[in-house]
Amino acid sequence: MILYLLRRLAVTAAILLVICAATFAIFYLMPADPAQGACGKACSPERIDTIRATLGLDHSPLTQLRDYLSGIVTGRTYGSGPQAVGCPFPCLGFSFQTDQPVWDLLTSRLPVSFSIAIGAAVLWLAVGVGAGVVSALRRGSLWDRAAMTAALGGVSLPIYFTALVLQYLLVVQLQLLPYPQVVPFTEDPFGWAQSMLMPWITLAMLYAGIYARVTRSEMLDSLGQNYVRTARAKGLPETTVVRRHALRPALMPIVTIFGMDLGALLGGALITESVFGLPGVGKLAADAIASADQPVILGVTLFAASFVVLANLLVDLVYAVLDPRVRAVG
Amino acid sequence: MTLLTVRDLTVEFRSGVRAVDGLDLELDAGQVLGVVGESGSGKSVTSLAVLGLLRDARVGGDIRFDGQELTALGQRALRRLRGNRIAMVFQDPLSCLNPYYSVAFQIAEAYRAHHRSTRRHAHRVAVRMLDRVGIPEPERRAKAYPHEFSGGMRQRVMIAMALCLEPDLLIADEPTTALDVTVQAQILQLLRELREEKGTAVMLITHDMGVVAGLADQVVVMHQGRAVERGPVRDVFHHPRQPYTRGLLACVPRIDGPLPDRLPTLGAAE
Amino acid sequence: MNLLDVRNLGKRYPVRHGLTRRLAGHVAAVDGVSLSVGPGETLGLVGESGCGKSTVAKLITRLERPTSGSIHFAGRDLAELDETALRPVRRELQMVFQDPFSSLNPRQTVRRILTAPARYQGLEPQEPVEDLLARVGLRPEHADRHPHEFSGGQAQRIGIARALALRPKLVVCDEPVSALDVSVQAQILNLLKDLQDEHGLSYLFIAHDLGAVRQISTRIAVMYLGSVVETADRDTLFAHPAHPYTRALLSAVPLPDPDAERDRERIVLRGDLPSPLNPPTGCRFRTRCPKAADRCATDRPDLRTIAPGQQVACHYPERTP
Repeated sequence: MILYLLRRLAVTAAILLVICAATFAIFYLMPADPAQGACGKACSPERIDTIRATLGLDHSPLTQLRDYLSGIVTGRTYGSGPQAVGCPFPCLGFSFQTDQPVWDLLTSRLPVSFSIAIGAAVLWLAVGVGAGVVSALRRGSLWDRAAMTAALGGVSLPIYFTALVLQYLLVVQLQLLPYPQVVPFTEDPFGWAQSMLMPWITLAMLYAGIYARVTRSEMLDSLGQNYVRTARAKGLPETTVVRRHALRPALMPIVTIFGMDLGALLGGALITESVFGLPGVGKLAADAIASADQPVILGVTLFAASFVVLANLLVDLVYAVLDPRVRAVG
Repeated sequence: MTLLTVRDLTVEFRSGVRAVDGLDLELDAGQVLGVVGESGSGKSVTSLAVLGLLRDARVGGDIRFDGQELTALGQRALRRLRGNRIAMVFQDPLSCLNPYYSVAFQIAEAYRAHHRSTRRHAHRVAVRMLDRVGIPEPERRAKAYPHEFSGGMRQRVMIAMALCLEPDLLIADEPTTALDVTVQAQILQLLRELREEKGTAVMLITHDMGVVAGLADQVVVMHQGRAVERGPVRDVFHHPRQPYTRGLLACVPRIDGPLPDRLPTLGAAE
Repeated sequence: MNLLDVRNLGKRYPVRHGLTRRLAGHVAAVDGVSLSVGPGETLGLVGESGCGKSTVAKLITRLERPTSGSIHFAGRDLAELDETALRPVRRELQMVFQDPFSSLNPRQTVRRILTAPARYQGLEPQEPVEDLLARVGLRPEHADRHPHEFSGGQAQRIGIARALALRPKLVVCDEPVSALDVSVQAQILNLLKDLQDEHGLSYLFIAHDLGAVRQISTRIAVMYLGSVVETADRDTLFAHPAHPYTRALLSAVPLPDPDAERDRERIVLRGDLPSPLNPPTGCRFRTRCPKAADRCATDRPDLRTIAPGQQVACHYPERTP
């Protein structure tokens, strides 16, 4: 088990390194000149040269990558002499637009993305998995057909559409909810939940649809397993049969997709944040893309990728705990 | 004393397939009834019908167990019978054991479904049963998971689970078909011993005429959902009356006796 | 002159462990197997799951590459050949598999399946598909159907027809009847025998069912944990099995006769098959052998001739009375 953990950690580190290199290559080796981007419009050639030297853009791509990576681990200093700018650990560079350290930008945006992701996840897990289980148990019933149609709808509707419709209905027409804004959880938990409810519902509609369908098909599969028949033949009450022998195996694949989905969302819900104007990591990414703010784009990409990779690692570990067969292979 | 009587049993699936079509069976307490037939003869469906475990199927006819009409019982009453008075062992022990729970848990679970008992007591029952069915080091192996056992050991676990409540009737559906022949011999030996010891009646469902010959007192030969021949095992094997039974006996290549140049076939095209 | 001569065939798979997946050793699935099949002969290869009999089939047909030993067939050593050099050999060496459905492409018609071997070899088909179907007891109109339209027995007939399409000399049959119902098994066994008489085929017939092996084989080899423990002519093997494992195996087969079942001597083996990762020292069967002695733990017995046509790998074989 410990060996398994170590091997997985080594693989995770390697994947993150590869992602770093790949993103770096895409953004810094593009024809667009970062020095131009950093300097802005109406910039003298001398000024561009200075910036180039300060950012280390005159070095070879490999050296640049090395400097970037070591900056993440130990921090780095841009330029030299009196113009030198220190960038403390973990250094992801400075935004071209605001000159703030990218790391600070990311961490300041993180609470909003976390709030959105975690609330939505709770909601879609409860609704999606619940509906899927009931559908599987009453396969072919009116409930099943209605739930699956709704799920298909949830999956098919684009987020910006759902978001706008919800906004119109709940905020404008019925005036049930305030317009989404940032209320820190620590100051006003109720206000936080109230203001986040709409993004949650928007995201949860999409994911609950997917989860309901996956749960239903996994449940149908596990209900057809021979060991479920054995459990019934033993004379176990039907609720125990379903809960212990059908639901637990059915939840295994859900754990996998949940880990990935949550990981991806923690790195920013781009569309949702943009539609509701919430200043999360996703919104940061959207703005950075719009203004070609390369250090920020790079930082967000790495940051989001790390969440996905770490979530994946976590899923594998959870798997090893949940499934004795995986433990044995490890 | 008659323990199980099946009268005019019909099972029709929702697809319209009639898997069992007017079957009569009788099984005395403490006896072994062999139910033989090829795949599709309805033998396994019959066993599931007795336990009320068929889904998506219409079951007709009477199933009388120890004076009780099973087809008239509600799910609750049936559940109290399952595992407790009628237990079952299936063909493929790997897929029939839940991979997520230890074997002791799965045996104890069966025990606790019918007895008020502490977890610890049920665990002790499970370990004792594992020991009884010949699992070496039962205390240690009890905590192991099904995938850590060999095929033969898994089937021993299934038997331990079925017999932990000392049922009156054990339904064994192809209990040795998935096993190697030397392991099959071990399991058949175990079934013989347990039957001597506990006097459990066994309904043994199999396609293997040899397995029936070695274990059964009475035989029913099934074909296309009906019983085509029945009787004491020696009568059926030595003096089969029906051509189907004769064919079934003759078409199996044997390791003893005269060697035919060609095997007789059942005649009918596939 | 034998058609197939296998000498000291071995297949080892690497076993990896730990953080760096370092090589922790090897598991010998097949360990020094020697066999031969003469023209028109059927060699039955029996053993329980995990004994390596299917690996032997894959090595002889070169679906896998052996790690040691030689496979002499039609004047060449197949163990040495690469894919290109093997291609013409495959014309004469074909295989029939256990599960007829998974070994036939479900999207192709029977006609396409049966002409595939010739296409692959760049040859004209040896005979019309209809004739080939007739030889395995199917009708001409079956040619344009797909595998799923057939019963298990019919599908296996197609598998056999595919193997025969290029008129091979040797057909390796890996558990060809074990997925079929008993009455269908009998038909397929009869068919294999008829085809052998008609075309002078040789078979390597691999099965766990001793009855089926007896029915079709002229000679039989018994495998245990990667090695052959006994080979003998069919009648000798069943009448006078000499290896304790062969004796246990035969005594374990249930007889469809209640009186014989009641009176027979049963040798019920103790325990499970040992792990091939960590096989017993000396004789591999000694941990379960009723006759095991001290010597069995140290000396590994080689196959030796104890009677005409009978070879046994045992220090204390059962003597013929």
